[in-house]
Amino acid sequence: MFDQIASNRRRSYLLIVLFVLLIAGIGYAFGLLTELGYYAVIPAAAIAIAVSWSSYYYSDRIVLSMSKARPASRQQEPYLWNTVEGLSIAAGLPMPRVYIIEDSAPNAFATGRDPQHAAVAVTRGLLDKLNRLELEGVVAHEMSHIGNYDIRLMTLVTVLVGTVVLLSDWMARGLRYGRRRSSGKGGAGGIVVLVALVFLILSPVIARLIRFAISRQREFLADASGALMTRYPEGLASALEKLVADTDPLEVANKATAHLYIINPLTEHKGWTNTLFSTHPPLAERVARLRAM
Amino acid sequence: MDMGITAWVLIGIGGLIVLWAIVTYNRMIVLRNRIDNAWSQVDVQLRRRYDLIPNLVEVVKGYAAHERQTFEEVTKARQAGIDARTVQDQAAAENMISQALRRLFAVAEAYPQLRATENFAQLQEELAGTESKIAYSRQFYNDSVLGYHNLIQAFPARIVAGMGGFRPRDYFEITEAEARGPVQVQF
Repeated sequence: MFDQIASNRRRSYLLIVLFVLLIAGIGYAFGLLTELGYYAVIPAAAIAIAVSWSSYYYSDRIVLSMSKARPASRQQEPYLWNTVEGLSIAAGLPMPRVYIIEDSAPNAFATGRDPQHAAVAVTRGLLDKLNRLELEGVVAHEMSHIGNYDIRLMTLVTVLVGTVVLLSDWMARGLRYGRRRSSGKGGAGGIVVLVALVFLILSPVIARLIRFAISRQREFLADASGALMTRYPEGLASALEKLVADTDPLEVANKATAHLYIINPLTEHKGWTNTLFSTHPPLAERVARLRAM
Repeated sequence: MDMGITAWVLIGIGGLIVLWAIVTYNRMIVLRNRIDNAWSQVDVQLRRRYDLIPNLVEVVKGYAAHERQTFEEVTKARQAGIDARTVQDQAAAENMISQALRRLFAVAEAYPQLRATENFAQLQEELAGTESKIAYSRQFYNDSVLGYHNLIQAFPARIVAGMGGFRPRDYFEITEAEARGPVQVQF
């Protein structure tokens, strides 16, 4: 359990480093190919940050209202409330706000920029269809996302993707207007320019692949951290199996919020789970890792 | 004055070591404070249970006044818990309280009218909730102690620990095998 957590953290940081190298590479390619030069990275990053800022800061409110989540009080949902409270004591985290989504499809998500502004939402279907140990497993997984600052990390990653996409786009426009820096310096030969070009064109795809890889690592990490919280990995394992077997579609899910749920409500039932573009790792592997703990 | 390159390298290395020592020291402070915080969380839950116990004893007394020994046991155990100053004393008191409460509920089992009263049912429910929270906070406390020990016992961090006066802390452990079962509140 502890080993899995440590190796997951390492892998996600490695991916971030890879991302930064990617951006450095793009900056260099930019320098080679256009007049704007390396420093174009700065305005690109600034724009990406500005665009992502409010979605990060208000992430909890935005996602909760998009999902039609209703706040649940201790009186209304004592079972859920006590579960969340107990797990937040076990995790040493402040108790997140608790929400319920009136939908019979079982699913759950967590959001919020840091543990002090966090919220956890579960669907009515989850409460009805899972037993206590399974519910604890799911809630523990969601709270691990909060404790591991995953929302913050994924926002950072989104900013990085945005930067790459912007730079790649500007490059394309630059080429269209033919403002290529002359190779008068004698350094940039034809091959290098070609490689830089291909790199710039592929960079948005590479960036997205890295983002999905990070997302999958963090899901594994949340599984492992959640299992540590409950000291009972089987709870989450059997919950995941039940969730996948249930084919009830989640009505409030859409592309913008799908990645936040414990299993992707849009793609999980359609057999796309095994691609490099998945936000969540394949279910069979998640269950296998949990049962091997 | 001509300071050779070796002198600069040595100064650089020295600087890095000092930096590492500072970072490690601060990390130890953070982990030690986390343990104290975790313990106060455990304490909050334990106090809650101590507050519930007298009510429970009163309610049971109303129906089974002659079971004097059981009541005394519970009250004594509760007092031991309140008086405990160290983690080990608290753990020992835990055993006493668990056993005494188990006996108290066993006594109550013989009185169906008692079990039917709203007071008793409510106390039973709250006690069960508190037991659960005590377990969780105890888990977090022990996890914090583990993290702290991992840091202060590893080499070379243990040098910093020695210099900074960071001593190991006690785990909140159950000492007797008999007390390992939870307080069964089944009727």
